[in-house]
Amino acid sequence: MVGVANVSRIDQQSTLHGTEELVINMGPQHPSTHGVLRVILKLDGETVNDLDCDIGYLHRGTEKIGENINYTMFIPYTDRLDYIAAPSNNLAWVTAVEKFFDWEIPMRAQYIRSMVGELSRIASHLLWLATHALDIGAMTVFLWCFREREMVLDLFETAFGGRLTVNAFRLGGLHEDVPEKFLQLTQEFVDIFPSRVDDYETLLTNNRIWLQRTRDVGIISAEDAMDLGLTGPIIRGSGVKWDLRRAKPYAAYPYLDFVVPIGENGDIYDRYLVRIEELRQSTYIIQQCLEQLPGGPASCKTPRTIKPPEGEIYHSIENPKGEFGFYIVSDGTTTPYRVRIRPPSFINLGGLKKLCVGQLVADVVAIIGSIDIVLGECDR
Amino acid sequence: MGIVEGKFSDNFITSKVDSLVAWARKSALWPMTFGLACCAIEMMASGAARYDFDRFGVIFRATPRQSDVIIVAGTVTHKMGDAIRKVYDQMPEPRWVIAMGNCATCGGPYANYAVMQGVDEIIPVDVYVPGCPPRPESLMWGVMQLQKKIEQEKYIRR
Repeated sequence: MVGVANVSRIDQQSTLHGTEELVINMGPQHPSTHGVLRVILKLDGETVNDLDCDIGYLHRGTEKIGENINYTMFIPYTDRLDYIAAPSNNLAWVTAVEKFFDWEIPMRAQYIRSMVGELSRIASHLLWLATHALDIGAMTVFLWCFREREMVLDLFETAFGGRLTVNAFRLGGLHEDVPEKFLQLTQEFVDIFPSRVDDYETLLTNNRIWLQRTRDVGIISAEDAMDLGLTGPIIRGSGVKWDLRRAKPYAAYPYLDFVVPIGENGDIYDRYLVRIEELRQSTYIIQQCLEQLPGGPASCKTPRTIKPPEGEIYHSIENPKGEFGFYIVSDGTTTPYRVRIRPPSFINLGGLKKLCVGQLVADVVAIIGSIDIVLGECDR
Repeated sequence: MGIVEGKFSDNFITSKVDSLVAWARKSALWPMTFGLACCAIEMMASGAARYDFDRFGVIFRATPRQSDVIIVAGTVTHKMGDAIRKVYDQMPEPRWVIAMGNCATCGGPYANYAVMQGVDEIIPVDVYVPGCPPRPESLMWGVMQLQKKIEQEKYIRR
């Protein structure tokens, strides 16, 4: 009996003022979970002791669909994985399938792919900044970011006809060459955009409230981030220089010059700075693409039915949110035998517990925002 | 107007209760932010600077208790169905539903084990907005259709 009494006293001491642990539910309908994430928080007062993520509220069976339709038909489904940066997903799928073959993709197509990929990175980071700042309480940033995001969506509309889910690329290149107007409008956008990024920074970078909410909150060390397999701006914020555009170049990135920005402390503020710098670097990359854009055809000759040889392939690219990859097993027919998607959001979400435990409950919203998840690809 | 004309002083207007209530209801439709998938991004764009839904009295609320209309924006999975029904039940009457996009209308491109083939399996839908995803203009059209529907509703005798 003595032993039992001791245990209960130790339990009481472990929580502040002897209070009971409080379990609260956050989501799936919560404006700050960026979709339909459900988080079950265990709190001691205001401090997070433990948390558990419940995902699958947007599971649409995309991988299973991929096994039943042919390689070209799957491109529109990739749009709807990370719907904030749809062309980037198209790029991942077409480059993965092209790895089965030894097609010579024309340089014009490669440059346009890189350019549109960077435009989608800008669109994604702008939406991240808008919603992340809105979660923390800054309304103006939301309106300003959407103003520029509309410009990017207009560019997609000019080139591919769609605003959000654009179905931009085809196996072997592009569907057709982009119109001249797209290049003009992109040049106009590139001229304007850096000054707009400066505008966002005047609102946030030295803002006292922003600093208090983000600095030294949600810290993750470089080792922990690598152990958890985190990728994208979150690992670069912790000071690891890991970017697949540099590590395993694809499309036209071998010929393009850019800096991979890294942070120092690995807190929310550093991730913010990394993404802001990526906005500038993306603009710089688009400028180079426009200057170096070669002529020629926008697509190579491809067979009418795509029949990859038997085998398996893994190919990943640097999406705005991290490493986005496809693992495809082909059995030599027109449909894949197995499609496995490696979504950055799912794996980055695995770091949420490490980031949140010991923080205050109000910081959980800021931390979820700083990971930049999108549930479409997380649940697949 | 013939009988009551000139009977009141200048500050009075005459109207039917039905039209007055319908006018009040349709002019301040507060939707709940219920973003599920891709369509949610277009819904956010509708509320942002260029399309500016505030012009129509459409102000997004984060809680069902304060909202009149729920815009189901995105793919409804079977797992999410219970949550949607719960949120809908929490909304005060009168309440309306806009199914935004093909997924919420009929399952869209996802015809498989995980996805509910239209949100009308669990809650009654007033307006269906087609598109994958619908442009903000389409959503604007959907809201205006709903306003037309509200105009015709009877308040005194349903």
